[in-house]
Amino acid sequence: MAGSTFASRSYRDAAIILRTQNLGEADRIITALTSANGLVRAVAKGVRRTSSKFGATVEPFMVADIQFVHGRSLDIVTQATSKNTYGPPIVADYDKYMAASTMAETAERLMDVESDPAFGGAQFRLLHGGYSALARGVHPADVVLNSYLLRALSSAGWAVTWTACVACGKPGAHTGFHPAASGPVCTDCRPPGTRTLDPATVELLHALQHGHWEQTRAFRSDIRHEATNVVISYAQHHLERRLTSLGL
Amino acid sequence: MYEGAVQDLIDELGRLPGIGPKSAQRVAFHILEADGEDMKRLADAITTVKEKVKFCAICFNVSEENTCRICQDSRRDPSLLCVVEESKDVMAIERTRSFRGKYHVLGGSINPIAGIGPDQLHIRELLSRLSDDTITEVIVATDPNLEGEATATYLYRMLGSIGIKLTRLASGLPVGGDLEYADDVTLGRAFEGRTVMS
Repeated sequence: MAGSTFASRSYRDAAIILRTQNLGEADRIITALTSANGLVRAVAKGVRRTSSKFGATVEPFMVADIQFVHGRSLDIVTQATSKNTYGPPIVADYDKYMAASTMAETAERLMDVESDPAFGGAQFRLLHGGYSALARGVHPADVVLNSYLLRALSSAGWAVTWTACVACGKPGAHTGFHPAASGPVCTDCRPPGTRTLDPATVELLHALQHGHWEQTRAFRSDIRHEATNVVISYAQHHLERRLTSLGL
Repeated sequence: MYEGAVQDLIDELGRLPGIGPKSAQRVAFHILEADGEDMKRLADAITTVKEKVKFCAICFNVSEENTCRICQDSRRDPSLLCVVEESKDVMAIERTRSFRGKYHVLGGSINPIAGIGPDQLHIRELLSRLSDDTITEVIVATDPNLEGEATATYLYRMLGSIGIKLTRLASGLPVGGDLEYADDVTLGRAFEGRTVMS
């Protein structure tokens, strides 16, 4: 009977560890984005001991196959097998680490708002791809972060249309941008506080949102910096909170 | 809900790390039932530690004086500096009796999601300590977890260009364990850090 009870309470899923916090003597609470069960918060017992068999597997930015058991308030991790060890290559570069932390914070915030499993699956694949790109180092960390933020917000319903004014629909790459307007605005529709972007920034933001990686290589660092500021203000406006990891 | 002092005690105990409401209740009732003199000693110990203990002005280890005993000890090698996250890590390394240098306690590790960045740690004070030529080697002994590694990466970025030898504690297989149970990250580290036998 005990076995069948355990089986009915347990489930296995691929998960990306977003963050951890210490619990008691040697345990950790892990916050994981799973492929089919959305955001899961679970206790990983004894993982802070050096003798732990899966301590390294449930570190942030790792992708693992995890067996969970439903608990009263938090689930419990009973087994974890590593699938992709993105943690070590990400943490070896401080810029990648900061970008990966912001991506984790964003994913957790989005999943707190929207708990639909299909949405969770899309966020899982997006974050998995983002961490893979960071770990392989094929693009600069800021480019991967900005692309991830724009795409994550798009899948949450806040996609930006970069080829027309969001207020009147007038076609063209408009350079006025206001986070509350949810995209570029033409000269006739500019709300107060609209910032004027370099046309190259608009082009870069379009390429980032649609994953046109080859195009992103051509832009100067000041254009990339302006794009970062736009993406951050846009993300923080729609997430309705400041991203802690960006303030450091 | 209990009344007055008992509930106050449960609430205060419940604010301690690792103690939930049930544990707080259990400890509170243990205190109620325990010998009065024993509990008086506990209360005195808490009062004393809060009044007397502070952080060493040099290394930020816990100390009852302005500078800790390790920083005052002239027999210790001043050219070696071991950087750790917490004071309890100093005790763990001291138990090995294999390190005779001095320490610097950062006060945590870089954790962006928790809002802890380099400015919240004693990294600026570490750079000040390295400004004279006394220290020739810095041993980074932050925890072998992700935040600890990120802190080590940041320290390497800050200290890599100033010409001081920077080393990191080795990590790999625990003594007494079976190879087949090692996770792939640890085993990979063990391979990277393998040593020559002959």
